[in-house]
Amino acid sequence: MKRDEILKALFPAGWEPTALEHDYLEGRASVGGTMVTVIGTAERVEVGADLALRMAAAVLATVRNRPGEAILFLLDTQGQRLRRRDELLGLNGYMAHLAKCVEIARGRGHVILSVVYGEAVSGGYLTTGMMADACYALGDAEIKVMNLPALARITKLPLERVEVLAQRSPVFSPGVANYHRMGHLRAVWSDDHGQGLADTLADALAELRAMDVADRRIDGRIAAGAARGGRTMAAMVVERVRSDA
Amino acid sequence: MRKRFFEASARERVHGVVDTDSFHEFLPPEARVSSPHMVMLEQPAAFDDGIVVGAATLDGRPVLVAAQEGAFLGGAIGEVHGAKLVGLIERARAERPAAVVILFDSGGVRLHEANAGLIAVSEIIRAVLGARAEGLRFIGLIGGAGGCFGGTGLIARCCDALVMSEEGRLAMSGPEVIETVRGVEEFDSRDRALVWRVTGGKHRYLLGEADAFVEDDIEAFRAAAIHLLDTPAEFSLESVEREHARLAERWQRFGSSTDAPEIWQALGVPADADVAMMNADEFVAMAAHCPGRNA
Repeated sequence: MKRDEILKALFPAGWEPTALEHDYLEGRASVGGTMVTVIGTAERVEVGADLALRMAAAVLATVRNRPGEAILFLLDTQGQRLRRRDELLGLNGYMAHLAKCVEIARGRGHVILSVVYGEAVSGGYLTTGMMADACYALGDAEIKVMNLPALARITKLPLERVEVLAQRSPVFSPGVANYHRMGHLRAVWSDDHGQGLADTLADALAELRAMDVADRRIDGRIAAGAARGGRTMAAMVVERVRSDA
Repeated sequence: MRKRFFEASARERVHGVVDTDSFHEFLPPEARVSSPHMVMLEQPAAFDDGIVVGAATLDGRPVLVAAQEGAFLGGAIGEVHGAKLVGLIERARAERPAAVVILFDSGGVRLHEANAGLIAVSEIIRAVLGARAEGLRFIGLIGGAGGCFGGTGLIARCCDALVMSEEGRLAMSGPEVIETVRGVEEFDSRDRALVWRVTGGKHRYLLGEADAFVEDDIEAFRAAAIHLLDTPAEFSLESVEREHARLAERWQRFGSSTDAPEIWQALGVPADADVAMMNADEFVAMAAHCPGRNA
């Protein structure tokens, strides 16, 4: 979906943008009768130091000015910005700062949701959407680190072989279904032209609001990945490192 | 006799950093817990999946320690590797050690199991920050041959404090990746001096991204880690707002810079200082007189 389509589908009665630019958006919207902060990227924008800082500022402003208000990330990003200048200034520090702001918000009672409506790649997703209490994606969205031809080059396996293995394992090939099976996505939302998406979002928000802060701080993705059969090792490894003598 | 951190293995580093004979490893190689995905892709696996985790004492105080093995797939994070770190952090939340010390040596997400690696990085970030919110202290050491890039670079900057050597490199995208995508004029990855100026320990220390700067010597890393056990550590709305102000000022002042020396001089490094040639003591003494450091 494109930015204007997802905004229309999620907020059919409209929303209150404070920034609505080619590749960035920020504002508030009513979801199920309560206001949420909306922070979003568009047009597969690269996340550079300046954009990470801008999103961090938006999170901090919500924490300061509207205590407890839920924060919704809407994402379409091709990943981190690949520029020497950004690395010179410490891009990873800027992105980590955004993650810290989200964690502080969560600790102070803000519900955090993310929805990938376009594309989400690696560094652009890690400290934004992946920091949410609950991560969602539309069925026609894409989440990935790399594509299969690139993996074939790295492993020196024939592409046909990699494609066959990709049918068996959700671990290395792109796709929201794989990220669901591995426990990262709480759900994949139907993409039938946006019908019902506003209600789906309102339900998701109500479900998170009903949990107390301590429960929301528990990252349940490893357990979900084990339950869905997409990540078979992680839960056992965590448990053994946690409790082995 | 100096023992170089740069070339040492993960286990050599751990044993040198913590108190002698105090290290006890969890899920050691004998447990034979390795990545099922590497096997499926007909790739070599490792019985520790490229990371050593365990308990030790540091200057007599209990710590939990993790060390990435850069010699195995560049220390890259896959499902098992990542879960070992998550498990160690969960253990720390229960045991409340004086610190969790992480010896980084990793290029980021392991591409062979990219989805598992990406999710694991995000779980580690959440675990580190969640534990910091409960008052646990995280100290990162960066000085290995593989550097600290990608998702690992994000994890590192979520720690309370970082120790770096000149040889340590810390960034998001590696120079090779940027060169491949944007061309050699954007970032010449074979220009070693340029790579060092942009990603190396001295630049990161002057910028305020690293908290301690040491020689490439395991004993020096140990001393710095001990010192950091007792420095102030805070993770609160106020501390994050202060960092926000620092990062915003940095962007405003240096957002149009293209190389490090112009930034160093603006921070107060004398124009005639030969930063590359200084040893750690000289460099740290010089940096102490830079009014702009940490700005």
